[in-house]
Amino acid sequence: MSQDLIRYCLATADNALILGQRNAEWCGHGPVLEQDIAITNISLDLIGQARLFYQYAAELIGDTDEDKLAFLRTEREFNNVLLVELPVNDWSYTTLRQYFFSQYQQLLFEQLSRHSDPQIAAIAQKTKKEVDYHVTWSRDWVIRLGDGTTESHERIQYALTDWWGYTGELFKATDYETSIIGTLLTDIYTKWHEAVEATLQEATLLMPEKTFMHQGGKSGIHTEHMGRLLAEMQYMQRTYPNSQW
Amino acid sequence: MKSSFIIKQFYGDIPDAGSGNQTSNHAASKNDWPLWEVFIRSKQGLDHKHVGSLHAADAQMAIENARDVYTRRMEGVSIWVVESKHIHASNPDDAGSFYEPAKDKIYRHPTFYDLPDELNHM
Amino acid sequence: MNLEQLEKAFQDKIDQEIKIEPKDWMPEAYRKTNIRQISQHAHSEIVGMLPEGNWISRAPSLKRKAILLAKVQDEAGHGLYLYSACETLGISREETINDLHSGKAKYSSIFNYPTLTWADMGAIGWLVDGAAIMNQVMLTRTSYGPYARAMVRICKEESFHQRQGFEILLTLSKGTAEQKAMCQDAINRWWWPSLMMFGPKDTESTNSDQSMKWKIKRKSNDELRQNFVDMIAQQIKFLDMTLPDPNLKWNEEKGHYDFGEINWEEFWNVVKGNGPCNKQRLEARKKAWDEGAWVREAAKAHADKKANLEKTKAA
Repeated sequence: MSQDLIRYCLATADNALILGQRNAEWCGHGPVLEQDIAITNISLDLIGQARLFYQYAAELIGDTDEDKLAFLRTEREFNNVLLVELPVNDWSYTTLRQYFFSQYQQLLFEQLSRHSDPQIAAIAQKTKKEVDYHVTWSRDWVIRLGDGTTESHERIQYALTDWWGYTGELFKATDYETSIIGTLLTDIYTKWHEAVEATLQEATLLMPEKTFMHQGGKSGIHTEHMGRLLAEMQYMQRTYPNSQW
Repeated sequence: MKSSFIIKQFYGDIPDAGSGNQTSNHAASKNDWPLWEVFIRSKQGLDHKHVGSLHAADAQMAIENARDVYTRRMEGVSIWVVESKHIHASNPDDAGSFYEPAKDKIYRHPTFYDLPDELNHM
Repeated sequence: MNLEQLEKAFQDKIDQEIKIEPKDWMPEAYRKTNIRQISQHAHSEIVGMLPEGNWISRAPSLKRKAILLAKVQDEAGHGLYLYSACETLGISREETINDLHSGKAKYSSIFNYPTLTWADMGAIGWLVDGAAIMNQVMLTRTSYGPYARAMVRICKEESFHQRQGFEILLTLSKGTAEQKAMCQDAINRWWWPSLMMFGPKDTESTNSDQSMKWKIKRKSNDELRQNFVDMIAQQIKFLDMTLPDPNLKWNEEKGHYDFGEINWEEFWNVVKGNGPCNKQRLEARKKAWDEGAWVREAAKAHADKKANLEKTKAA
């Protein structure tokens, strides 16, 4: 149980950190100042979530801390879903991914806020409010781009087709997930699908046909992008071990 | 003698050759998002106060942008936005006729009335 | 009123410390000077995101990552406040940004230096933001209302920037030998460029200074630079590091620190575009703007469609 709980916290933290790291790539490079600020806010929220889950995991593991967990684990030890590690590409990919992920997080945290583990419940309660806003923000963008110009419609439709196959992994429960949250992922999948369907419809986008779903991240089998992301992110801690910053 | 009115370079006024003081050649394109004025209520019970402006494609985005830009440090509990072009302002040239006449109506102020000190809190 | 009377009334207001507001009459040159200065200031904030942004992905701890991200984001906010102030003078943000991209408008040269190590994040916060704050505090009293108000907001937010920078260096200064060396190296590289931020010496020009008279600026370059040197020369003692200037010495008589001569050739070279990162910075900004064009168009198109739909419904 405790090992599963640790693993679950780490995986949840990994998802948030890696997506936060990806979104932070926009800082200073956004399409317009106001949105540069908005995506950075989301990135900050995600890094904040990651810290809460890492801190809790560190407490459970003992003799470690959030930074060791984030910066000194290897690629195979990270359990984030593939969706969050894929490169940023353009604004349509970024906002669409954010929507898929935030919609998932919203439904998940709503349930987790009543979890029997008081620490998990407390983190979920706190972060759910942020996530509500992420859903609103990213959903608005998916609709805007889908319903905007011919170019934006084509771009986001392309992103949708390209990345739809990475959404399945969010709901494919691993053993450590089942141990901690039971059948929760199956339960929220239907709601997630309904919400996404409604959004895509409003955005005049076509939901991809039944497609192959990639997976592997949850068991540490990542895409090739992940190694580079970590090489960059972990550079300081790897180059100067045992230092205070 | 140099005729240009500003020669001396200051911090914040970055020296260059021949730039500045020229009207821009670029017209704003039609895709420029409109400008919005942002008003924020800092806490319940207070008026909304003008805090600045921003660009947004529509009202919904303007509110979201205002939240992201102007409330990062817990500055507010409520946001109003209004597209800048909808604000009508008084003309500064009318300042005389608008505001001067109020000056001599000092009897509108409580301090105008000289009452005994014993009469507290009136 | 004729032009002369208007100008006199305008100057009277300035002399009485009455702020000038957007719709007030103002000399054309006053408007243009403000546009020039505020937009350059705005561009500096935006371009200034890039050198620090360079280390967000590599920040050495989660806490530092969050702080740096929040700080760089604040700079975007500051740019936004300043572009807004500029817009009150009748120039759109898009026009202002186009002037940056075409090379017509400038930004602070300091951002054309590269950020090579993590310690640079500390040195920028402490020295570069420290120098900027000297100027910004003065500008909270500038004569143009919207600019002064933007500066008040910026100064409030800015206060954590310098502190976080100093804290980064303080931590390094108490760290391993490698960290100490990294800290000293960053101070060595950023010290002179931050002194250059205050611009040429006052003696460079003998012209009467309209900008001072209009109270757009309220202190001279050399005054601000001296204040900065005095402040930093004291603060560095807490770091147990040195400033790379053999001539830096307390002058009892003047009550100020003496310091060495700035390399003005380097200064003008960077201003003219020959700094290590001039091209890279501008290209990054242009790329972000150009690649964002379809996003801005899409949002506008969607908003227009929605507005039309509502009109049709109402009809």
